[in-house]
Amino acid sequence: MKIRNPPTGEKSELNMTSMIDIVFLLLIFFVMTFKIVEMEGDFSVKMPLAGSSNSTIDPTELPLKLRLRADDNGTLAGMELNDIQMGNGPEAFDKLRGTIIGQIGSSAPVPEEAGEGPEVEIDTDFNLRYEYVIRAITAVSGYKDGDQVVKLIERIKFAKPRR
Amino acid sequence: MRVKRKAVDMAEGDMTPMIDMTFQLIAFFMVLINFAQTEANDHVVLPNSKLVKPPEAPLVFPIVLHVAADGRVYLGGDDYTAETLRIGLDRELAVIRGEGKSPGDANVVIRGHKDCAAGEIQEVVRVCQDSKLVNFALRVKEDRS
Repeated sequence: MKIRNPPTGEKSELNMTSMIDIVFLLLIFFVMTFKIVEMEGDFSVKMPLAGSSNSTIDPTELPLKLRLRADDNGTLAGMELNDIQMGNGPEAFDKLRGTIIGQIGSSAPVPEEAGEGPEVEIDTDFNLRYEYVIRAITAVSGYKDGDQVVKLIERIKFAKPRR
Repeated sequence: MRVKRKAVDMAEGDMTPMIDMTFQLIAFFMVLINFAQTEANDHVVLPNSKLVKPPEAPLVFPIVLHVAADGRVYLGGDDYTAETLRIGLDRELAVIRGEGKSPGDANVVIRGHKDCAAGEIQEVVRVCQDSKLVNFALRVKEDRS
């Protein structure tokens, strides 16, 4: 049978405008809220109130006292570990680490449980910038050997604030 | 002269590559967006340390204290001084006790500004210790250099 007037193939076109609008809105939202993530980590410290600690103190262990002095601007003016002068420049923290390694021994196995091993007490001037305290904690906590972190002292406490 | 008028075709650009690119950009930003930034505070710029690594497991019962450069302490949207922090801590501890735990189970995360006075951090630690909190985490930025 002959078909007369065959239907012409109509091209159906989707209206993309609204989709593109939403897609651009999404894009703008993500671009505006985008923030490069900075990786953060913790120095975990167990600091019970003085006198309430029931951990036994080894009388043969030398107490480590780290004294941090600040000038009027809050910059590090001097650092002493048990009266050994460390200086105040960038090399002071390396010297501190070296002294700690010398005192506790780099080859000594560090106990697995936190709360064991030697303890360092940080006694800082009130106005010293916190950044220096973290640098000191980094120096006494350990050092990086390639990708491995070698731990030194895990027990840290703060002395009373010097107001 | 007679000019023959031609029917003008509507010029339609091919939108496919643009839409492809846009979807790729959206996918990129969606993957990289970090909704866990709720812990961050605009008042705090953390100090750096090479030793720290991001924790593998989240801390249990965290109490996040942001200590700004001027010594103000931010806890859960409110700001305190070292003297008034006790009020905020009591509120947090009430929640912890309500869950049948003790203050010793909580972890105090101290996010101190790198330029704030170390004494302010010591004061915050002392106030927390007075509230029987013993576990502290001094948060710092990982230094990969």
